[in-house]
Amino acid sequence: MTSPIPGGVDCDLHPAVPHLTSLLPYLDDYWRDQVTTRGMTDLVSQSYPPNSPITSRPDWRPSRGKPGSSLDDMRAQALDPFGTRYGICNPLYGVQMVFSEDMADAFCRALNDWLAKEWLDRDHRLRGSIVIPVQSIEKSVAEVERCAADPRFVQVLMLVMGDMPLGKRAYWPIYAAAERHGLPIGIHAGSNYHNPPSSVGWGSYHIEDYVAQAQAFQTQLTSLIVEGVFVRHPKLKMVMLESGFTWLPSYLWRLHKFWRGIRMETPWVDRAPLEIVRSNIRFSLQPIDAPPDPTTLNRLFDHMQSDELLLFSTDYPHWQFDGDAALPEGMSPALVRKIMIDNPLATYGRLMQAVFEETTP
Amino acid sequence: MNVQFRKHPEPASSVDARTAIADCDIHPARATRTELYPYLARRWHAHLETYDKHPYQGMMEGPPYPKAQPNASRRDAYPPEGGPQGSSLSFMQKQHLDPNNVVLGVLNPLNTGQGIRNHDLSAAICSAINDWQIDKWTSQDSRLKGSVVVANEDGLAAAAEIKKRAGDRNFVQVLLLSRNVEPLGQRRYWPIYQAAEEAGLPVGVHAFGFGGNPITASGWPSYYIEEMVGHSQCQQTALASLVLEGVFERHPGLKMIMIEAGFGWAPSLAWRLDKSWQRLKSEVPHVRRPPSETIRDHIFWTTQPMEDPERRDHLLEVIDWVGWDKLLFATDYPHWDYDEPSRVLPAGVSDANREAFYLGNAQKLYGLA
Repeated sequence: MTSPIPGGVDCDLHPAVPHLTSLLPYLDDYWRDQVTTRGMTDLVSQSYPPNSPITSRPDWRPSRGKPGSSLDDMRAQALDPFGTRYGICNPLYGVQMVFSEDMADAFCRALNDWLAKEWLDRDHRLRGSIVIPVQSIEKSVAEVERCAADPRFVQVLMLVMGDMPLGKRAYWPIYAAAERHGLPIGIHAGSNYHNPPSSVGWGSYHIEDYVAQAQAFQTQLTSLIVEGVFVRHPKLKMVMLESGFTWLPSYLWRLHKFWRGIRMETPWVDRAPLEIVRSNIRFSLQPIDAPPDPTTLNRLFDHMQSDELLLFSTDYPHWQFDGDAALPEGMSPALVRKIMIDNPLATYGRLMQAVFEETTP
Repeated sequence: MNVQFRKHPEPASSVDARTAIADCDIHPARATRTELYPYLARRWHAHLETYDKHPYQGMMEGPPYPKAQPNASRRDAYPPEGGPQGSSLSFMQKQHLDPNNVVLGVLNPLNTGQGIRNHDLSAAICSAINDWQIDKWTSQDSRLKGSVVVANEDGLAAAAEIKKRAGDRNFVQVLLLSRNVEPLGQRRYWPIYQAAEEAGLPVGVHAFGFGGNPITASGWPSYYIEEMVGHSQCQQTALASLVLEGVFERHPGLKMIMIEAGFGWAPSLAWRLDKSWQRLKSEVPHVRRPPSETIRDHIFWTTQPMEDPERRDHLLEVIDWVGWDKLLFATDYPHWDYDEPSRVLPAGVSDANREAFYLGNAQKLYGLA
């Protein structure tokens, strides 16, 4: 096993909202009344059915309540054992599935306030992602602006499967706001189920939805690159969360080949896709979709041709590895340091700022 | 691909002019709009003139994403006698089959009866395309072999067409496209796999098709390059569906070929499937083997468009993972992203692997060794 080093950043932790009623204190009178009068049910996405094996590691599953709903458990199971200096909370509550932009906006504001009060206030290691009501670009920008005032929010969170490909120009005001505040855009696995959860329609099984997340990340990267997001926003970082990364090399070989052939269609893309990924895109470590033998995995790291792309993550409480084996076997100490400390700090400007402030007398 | 830039030219493996190759993805075209009419019942002539094909997409003429070149084909591939690229056997022989010493060419007709909402029309056009392949191509040049094109959304009609062509040596595979109304493992397509297994024909799944679904899980993208790159993602999902629905447990003799969608993604998809299956196998008890084993045993890959890494030794490592016995060389003639036979493999490949890659695997799979 490769040992984690203390002082690292865990870039993908999932605190769970116990129930929609947990957000009631953070809703205004109108929405509190709507939730209760209309008998609204909990917003749980079938991307992660609560009892599915991937949703929680067996030994991390609480005796009652949703996996990830207890801060004490997160401390004991993720933050303490891995010596985490900063842990980034990415709530996967199903607010993106809502169709009304007003309702989505109310729930997102409540969710972000809930995260700040019930998690960030209670453990100084925790940082948050701003969940936005993507149903409205205008409201999303407003929510980024509102939450960005709190320096503990370190990124903006979106799902990989939504209404439109993420490179579409309509989204760009969100990216402009994120860039302005030094916030990366985190794109996490999951669907709002407004489109079929695969590019060829509705599959039969939960496992198909999960496997298809990787393909969704691939099409989103294409969209982000060829629409020109990083031409307009060269400083913007995007982090693919729970995306897998072993598909990246062959995906880029293909994209690069077609870009060379038909770049006349998107002439504003002024750098090779490969270079854009190296400068602007990062990937969380878990899940590692590779065989357990270190040889193959080290070949894959070589195929990636950069040690700056990966950011350490446990994906807590999702079941991606057993025991303490968050880092794959055979990883060099230099790469461990890059993945756990250097790369996350270089990606999340607000974490680097916090380190600077903590270490400056 | 007919646009090549490389900072430093690398030694390519030179294919000797006499080296025989198989081309497992050739696209024959009709010279005129009505070239199929002799093979279609008269009622369909009037129907097509009045209503046209009515596919699972909106454009009456042309594809939803305009291609990079007319007919997505090489500008130098127009036959001298007129007609679109790929529509003349004599010019195909002169430009491609003879100079490249293609001893086996597999025809994959596109723009056929597939992806049409009227399933009777779909079946009629598909059957006509199959007769047309024999008359215009395979009976005229013994190097060429046809694909049984089937009405993809009507499993029973498709199975009937496969039964009709079973044993006919003009055909070496059944042809499906990757994008359909549902993922390809779904039950509506099972009669196709049953009939193909009984006929001893592998099923080729070529990139493309219309099924009415947005071509990403996040809706419709903007550009042709997104559609082109996205064929690999559609193919990955279609293959995952085939594996996870248990198609290969039901049909242990079935072989399938992933055509024109790349193969570099195969290892990572297989690893992801294995890992997810380890966690979630209780949901799919009919999937009894690790998906990577199923893929290794049942799936072949055509090579074009070859993934093109900066360091070409990386490509060789990926081929080691996929299996040198699983790749079928293809050019995609006459399409613009054609792979030139003499350039696709870097130096340093053993003679045995090279022979398998260019010819042996295809002859074995198609029973022509």
